[in-house]
Amino acid sequence: MTTTVERPAAAPPPPSGPSSARRAGSTLLRWWRSLTAMRTALVLLFLLALAAVPGSLLPQRSLSQSQVTGYFADHPDLAPVLDRLYLFDVFSSPWFAAIYLLLFISLIGCVVPRAVEHARAVFAAPPPAPRHLHRLPDHASVDSGLPGAATLDVVEEELRVRRFRVVRREGRYGPELSAEKGFLKETGNVVFHLALLALLLGLAGGKLWGYEGSILVTEGDRFCNTFQQYDNHSSGALVDAGDMAPLCVTLDDFKAEYEENLTAASFTADIQYGLAGSASRDTTIGVNSPLRFDGDRVYVTGHGYAPVFSVTFPNGDSFTDISAPFLPAETQTMSSEGALKLPDVPGSDEQLALQGLFAPTGSVQGGVLTSVDPRPLDPQVAVFVYEGYLGLDSGLPQNVYSLDQTQIDRGNLTRVGQANLSVGESTTLADGTVITFSGVRQFAAMQVSHDPGQVWVLVSAIAILVGLLGMLLLRRERVFARTTAGPGGAGTVLVVGALTRGSADTAPRFTALTDDVAAALARRARTEENPRT
Amino acid sequence: MINESLAATSDTLFSIAVGLYSLAVVAFCAELAFGGRTAPARQLVAAGGGPVEQPVAPAGGADDEPARARRWGMVAMALTALGAVVQAGVLLTRGLATGRLPWGNMYEFGTAVVLVAVVVYLVLAVRTPSLRHIGIFVLAPVVLSMVGIGLFLYASAGPLVAALRSAWLAVHVTTAILGFGIFFVSGIASVMYLVRSRYEAKVAAGEQPMSRIVHRLPGAAALDRTAHRTAVFGFPIWTFAVIAGAIWAESAWGRFWGWDPKETWAFIAWVVYAAYLHARTTAGWRGRPSAWINVVGLGVMVFNLLYVNMVSTGLHSYGGLN
Repeated sequence: MTTTVERPAAAPPPPSGPSSARRAGSTLLRWWRSLTAMRTALVLLFLLALAAVPGSLLPQRSLSQSQVTGYFADHPDLAPVLDRLYLFDVFSSPWFAAIYLLLFISLIGCVVPRAVEHARAVFAAPPPAPRHLHRLPDHASVDSGLPGAATLDVVEEELRVRRFRVVRREGRYGPELSAEKGFLKETGNVVFHLALLALLLGLAGGKLWGYEGSILVTEGDRFCNTFQQYDNHSSGALVDAGDMAPLCVTLDDFKAEYEENLTAASFTADIQYGLAGSASRDTTIGVNSPLRFDGDRVYVTGHGYAPVFSVTFPNGDSFTDISAPFLPAETQTMSSEGALKLPDVPGSDEQLALQGLFAPTGSVQGGVLTSVDPRPLDPQVAVFVYEGYLGLDSGLPQNVYSLDQTQIDRGNLTRVGQANLSVGESTTLADGTVITFSGVRQFAAMQVSHDPGQVWVLVSAIAILVGLLGMLLLRRERVFARTTAGPGGAGTVLVVGALTRGSADTAPRFTALTDDVAAALARRARTEENPRT
Repeated sequence: MINESLAATSDTLFSIAVGLYSLAVVAFCAELAFGGRTAPARQLVAAGGGPVEQPVAPAGGADDEPARARRWGMVAMALTALGAVVQAGVLLTRGLATGRLPWGNMYEFGTAVVLVAVVVYLVLAVRTPSLRHIGIFVLAPVVLSMVGIGLFLYASAGPLVAALRSAWLAVHVTTAILGFGIFFVSGIASVMYLVRSRYEAKVAAGEQPMSRIVHRLPGAAALDRTAHRTAVFGFPIWTFAVIAGAIWAESAWGRFWGWDPKETWAFIAWVVYAAYLHARTTAGWRGRPSAWINVVGLGVMVFNLLYVNMVSTGLHSYGGLN
C-alpha cells in the first residue's frame, strides 16, 4: 500500500497529468505482476524457510525466557545485536511478518484470478480443437469406414462413457469435437491455496483473541481463570480480561506412575471444575488428555513436590501445615529445589525462611542429600534456615521459589541453622524455634489455554490436505478429434489428440482410448454393412 | 514387561539386515563390473539417432546388458528384498518385545525410515526395471544409515514415556516415517539426476565421458520423473504428518503450534518441498535447479532428525539418547 504513495513522487517530472498517472499505474501493475509471478513466490517461499532457521537455532523468548537470559550472559557482546534484529523473537518479528505477508499477497494475486478463471472454465464449453492435432503430446489417426458425423458420434460415445464433457463444432478445418474432464484437479489447486489463506487468518485470530495462563497448584488448592491468579500469562491484543470464562479448578489429587525402570508411565490429576458460583464437577485430566470446557482447555504440563512443614515459635505460637512448591531440578530423580518464606513471625520483627533441597527418595552420603528415585518412598529435605529481612516489600519483583541472593549477600538475611530431615523429624534453632518436616504434598503445573481460532485452523488444514490430494493425484485431460475425408475421397480419417496435465504415463491410457474407438468404429461399420432384419 | 529374548532377537535381526544390505551392495557392484566395457560406445551411437522424446542414451536397460550382469542384478535385488523382510522383523520383534508400536525413539524411528526407503526403492525397481540401476546409490546410503543408527542411535527396548502414550503416535509418527522414507528415495533420485544430466550434457557436446556407472543409470528424464513422482507421493503424507502432529500437540502441549525446533524444521521441510513442486513447473527452474531444491529438502529432513534431537532442546525429546 505504501507504494501507491511513494511511487508518483519518485517518478521523473511529469510532462502532463494523465500520462504520469498512467506511468505510475503501469509501474504499479508491473510491480504487482512481478510480485504475483511464480518466480517471486518461489523466492519468498525460500526466504520464509530461511527466516525460520534462526528461530530454531537461537533461544526464543516465546519458548524459554531463561534460555534467552542465559544466552545474554554467555554472549554479552553479541546478544544485544541479535536482539536488535529480533533474533530472539523471530516468529513475531517484523521481518518474518513482512515475508509471510508478501507471500500471502503474492498468493492472493496468484490464486484469485486463477479461481475466477477456473469458475468460468467450469461453466464454459471445452475450447475448440487446435489446428494441428498431431502436435499434441498424444495423437493418433484412425481410418473409419463411416461418414464424418457418425465417426464423431462413436468418439463422443467413448468419451462420454469415460465421463468427459463433450462439445461438437463445425470448425474451420472440418467437423470437430472437444472434450475435457478433471476439473477437480484445478479445484483442488484453488482450494489448497485459499485454505492456506484461511489458515493464516485463523492463526492470526487465535493470536489476537487467545490467551494462556499457567500456575502451580498444590493438592487441595484451587485457582480461577483470572490473570491476577496466574504465575505467568500471555494474551492477545484483543482479549478483554472481563470476558474470560469464570472457570475455577481445584486439584484434589495428583498421581505419577512409573514403570519398573522408572520411565514415567502416566501423570493424572483428579480435579473439580466449574464456573464460579455454580456446581462443580469431578474429572481426571493428564498427559494427552486435557479438560475441554466452554472454549477453554486445562492441561497438566508438569508436576513436583511441595514439602510440608510445621514451625513452633519460642512464644508458643505455631504454623502448622505450611508448604511451598519445590521445583524439580532433575526430572529423572525429581530432586527439587525451593524456598519457604515466612514474612510474619509471631512475637518477632525478624522474618524467617527455609531454602534447600527436597528428595522424594533421599540418600545421604557424606552429609549431602541426593535423590535416587522419583517416587516419594523416603522423602527427605536438606534445608538452610535464614533469619532477617526477605526484601519482599522492596518493590523489586522476586522469584517465589528461591530467596533473594542480594539480601543474603548484604547480610540482611543470615543463616541460623541447617538440617537434613526425614518426615517427622525436627530441628531446633538457637532461639528455640522448632521446625518440623511433617510430610509432602504433590503439586501440578497447570495451564489454561484459550484459542478461538483453532477450530478454524483445523478446518483450513483439512481443506489444505484435501485440496492437495485433488491437485496432486487427479489429472485434467482434454481430448480433441477431427474428421477429414480420406485419401481420394474414400472413407474418413479420424485424427485424435490429447493433452493431459498431472500425469506422466499418458500414452497407455491414450492408446486404450484410440483402440476402443477403432474397435467401436469397426463394429459400427460392420452393423451398417449387414443390418439385421 | 519387556520380553528380553525377543528384544535380543530384534538386535540380532538388525545385524543380519545390515549384513544382507551390505551383500546387496557387493552384488550391485558385481553387476556394474560385469556390465561390459563396449556397452557405452555402442549405446552412444544408437543414442545419436534416437527418438525425440529421449534424445540421449536411453536407460542402460535389460536389452543391452550381458546375462552375467543381469544375474548379479537379480541377486542384488533378492538380497535387498530379503534384507527388507529381515528389517521388518527387527521392528516386529521390537514391537512384540515391548508391547507397543516400535517407533518410540530415534533408533526405532530411523530403522523404520530406512525400511520405508528400501521398500519404496523395491517397488520402483519392480515397476520400472531400468530404475534397478540406481540400486547401489540407494543401498549404499542405506547401509551407511543403518550402521550409523546402530552405532549412535541405539536405545535398548523399553516402555514408552508417558507423553508418547497416545493414539496419535500411530498416526503422526507413522506418517512422518512414511514421508521421510519416500523423500529419502526422492532425494537420491534427484542426486542421480544431477549426475546423469551432466553426463548427458557432455555426451550431447560430443565428449566421451567414460563413466560406466553413470552410463548404466536410467536416463535423466526418467530420474527426474521418478524424483518428482515420489515427492508428489510423499508431500501429502508429510503434510498430513505435520497436521496430525499439530493436533497431537494441541492435546499434549497445550497449543497446536509453538515453533518448537522440531515443528520449525518440519515447517521448513514442508516449505522446501512445496518450493520443489512449484519449481518443477516454473520456467527457469525446471531441471537442475529444482533437483537441487529436492536435495536441500532431504538435507533438511536429515537435519531435523539428527540436529534437532541430539543438539537443540525442545519438546520432541524422545530420542532415548540421554
